[in-house]
Amino acid sequence: MKSLRDSGDGTQAAGDPPRGRHPRPSPRHAPPAAATERRIPGRRPGASRLQRWLGNSPLGLVLTAPYTAYVLVVFIIPFGVGVWMAFHDYFFTAPGVSVPHPFVGFDNFTEVLGEEKTQRAFANLGLFMAINIPLTVVLALALASALNAATHWRGFFRVAYYVPYVTASVATLAVWLFLFNGSGAVNNVLGPWAPDPSWLANKHLVMPLIAVYVTWKQLGFYILLYLAALQNVPKELHEAALTDGAGRWQAFRAVTLPAVRPVTSLVILLSIITAGQLFTEPFLLTGGGPSGASLTPALLVYQRGIEQGEPDAAAAIGLILVTGVLIIATVARRVMERD
Amino acid sequence: MARIARILRYATLGLGAIAALLPFYYMLIGALQKKRDTGLGGLLPKPSNLTLDNLAGIDDSFSLLGALANSLIMTVGVVVCTLVFGLLAGYALAILRFRGRGLVFALVLLVQAIPFQLLMIPLYVMVVRYFGLADSYAGMILPFAINSVAVLIFRQYFLQIPREIFDAARMDGASELRILRSVAVPLVRPAILTAMLVTFIGPWNEFLWPFLVTKDQGMQPLAVSLANFSQANSTFQANPMGAVLAGACVLAVPAVVLFLLFQRHFTSANLGSAIKG
Repeated sequence: MKSLRDSGDGTQAAGDPPRGRHPRPSPRHAPPAAATERRIPGRRPGASRLQRWLGNSPLGLVLTAPYTAYVLVVFIIPFGVGVWMAFHDYFFTAPGVSVPHPFVGFDNFTEVLGEEKTQRAFANLGLFMAINIPLTVVLALALASALNAATHWRGFFRVAYYVPYVTASVATLAVWLFLFNGSGAVNNVLGPWAPDPSWLANKHLVMPLIAVYVTWKQLGFYILLYLAALQNVPKELHEAALTDGAGRWQAFRAVTLPAVRPVTSLVILLSIITAGQLFTEPFLLTGGGPSGASLTPALLVYQRGIEQGEPDAAAAIGLILVTGVLIIATVARRVMERD
Repeated sequence: MARIARILRYATLGLGAIAALLPFYYMLIGALQKKRDTGLGGLLPKPSNLTLDNLAGIDDSFSLLGALANSLIMTVGVVVCTLVFGLLAGYALAILRFRGRGLVFALVLLVQAIPFQLLMIPLYVMVVRYFGLADSYAGMILPFAINSVAVLIFRQYFLQIPREIFDAARMDGASELRILRSVAVPLVRPAILTAMLVTFIGPWNEFLWPFLVTKDQGMQPLAVSLANFSQANSTFQANPMGAVLAGACVLAVPAVVLFLLFQRHFTSANLGSAIKG
């Protein structure tokens, strides 16, 4: 983030041509020059103060205007409205009807936090993260390390791991649904060891199953991230550790793990953000059931806001969720970047 | 020792590949089964039990081609908007100096940080109730029309182009718009391809937002139609599982095929530039 911004400003400052105030000498009488002057009216001396205020290329404002307008309409205003809703008594009315929406302070928050459903949704999310994040980091790192050291079939493995990531959740969830339902292939393989009640109807197994599904779906993306980092680890370091008598595992811990630490930090951060958005999986697999065992905060936002028509309560849940995700992400980052 | 390590390595990679691909095989074989066979033997193709009837069965419930067309319109709309807005903003941020440039760049980064869970309800209220865009392509496309990742990709590419090229074009009397169209855009063709591939997958696979804004079945993209079908109507089918899996194949195949064709462009370098912000 920082490096992006720095490099941009550096290039800009160093290489910007002295346009505007100092027109380049050009052959006066040649026809192209006349065309140039007509086309760039900003070069007239009268415009110089305004132009100095606007910068060398005010056109940039025009070119970025659609983007800025979109950001305002699709992100900034809804964000503000969402926060506003959470602190007011807001409900749907017929279009054009004006009703008061009184300020209620933290009432919406205390209301939703006091409900068992909300507590369960957040507890489920905690369980999801506790399974999904370690599993994601270990599997992605293990497969990326193996792939980095492999000499044959690298392209095939890379593509194979990435295919679940590019496929629609709706499509892959359908397969998981039929693999893991009561008479599905998984239970047929397990035979007498099949869980009872079965996976999707089992309140202890449904959330772990969703956590494994999301790990499976996202893994290819994280493997590619790790692969890029591993390719930048100098081979000599690893070899030096081995010649010094370190075992493979020791060499991995002493050389590879510290080298990929920034990526691990990023993978954890992205996993936390993905976890906060968990909606499609519980919605399509179980609808949040059995009895709330796979309810997630994002699903609850949908149920409260749109199914039950309580957008203020939904906005409060959304705000709690976002704050929680932000806190967990900050703590995780601190822990990762310590020492 | 080294040999054991190698065997272990390929065993790990092989197991990973099987775990990644087995559900897709099951998707395909399940879609082709005449009668549902969930036993272990059902994993093997039996010529007597193979059929394409499931596709026809799903088409009876909702128009498969219509849903595909809706998915395509939404996806193309998103990709075109992303490219146009992304190119304009990326070019301006990388090449032009203007007041507010820092602010616009800050917005680009901020957009990536705002989570959709918080936007979902207000955006739904605005788009459906105030703009009246329910059951319309505009309503489906709107929240995805700008993509900060694309802006960052384009900006990064434009920064790599030597500035002398743009200066030379200015000396020759080209206007900025002309430079953008005839000089800059052709130079960043690889970035355009990358941005297209990165943004194509999102709207094609998206479920939640089109599910919220489309209630009219004739407007629903395939992901939404299929999800509704698998939840409600599939019990009327001769082989409900086969019908849903057949629909899953139709939804999955375009994205997977495009990925296989262009997988060289899905390098970690591109992903890296995509998420650095």
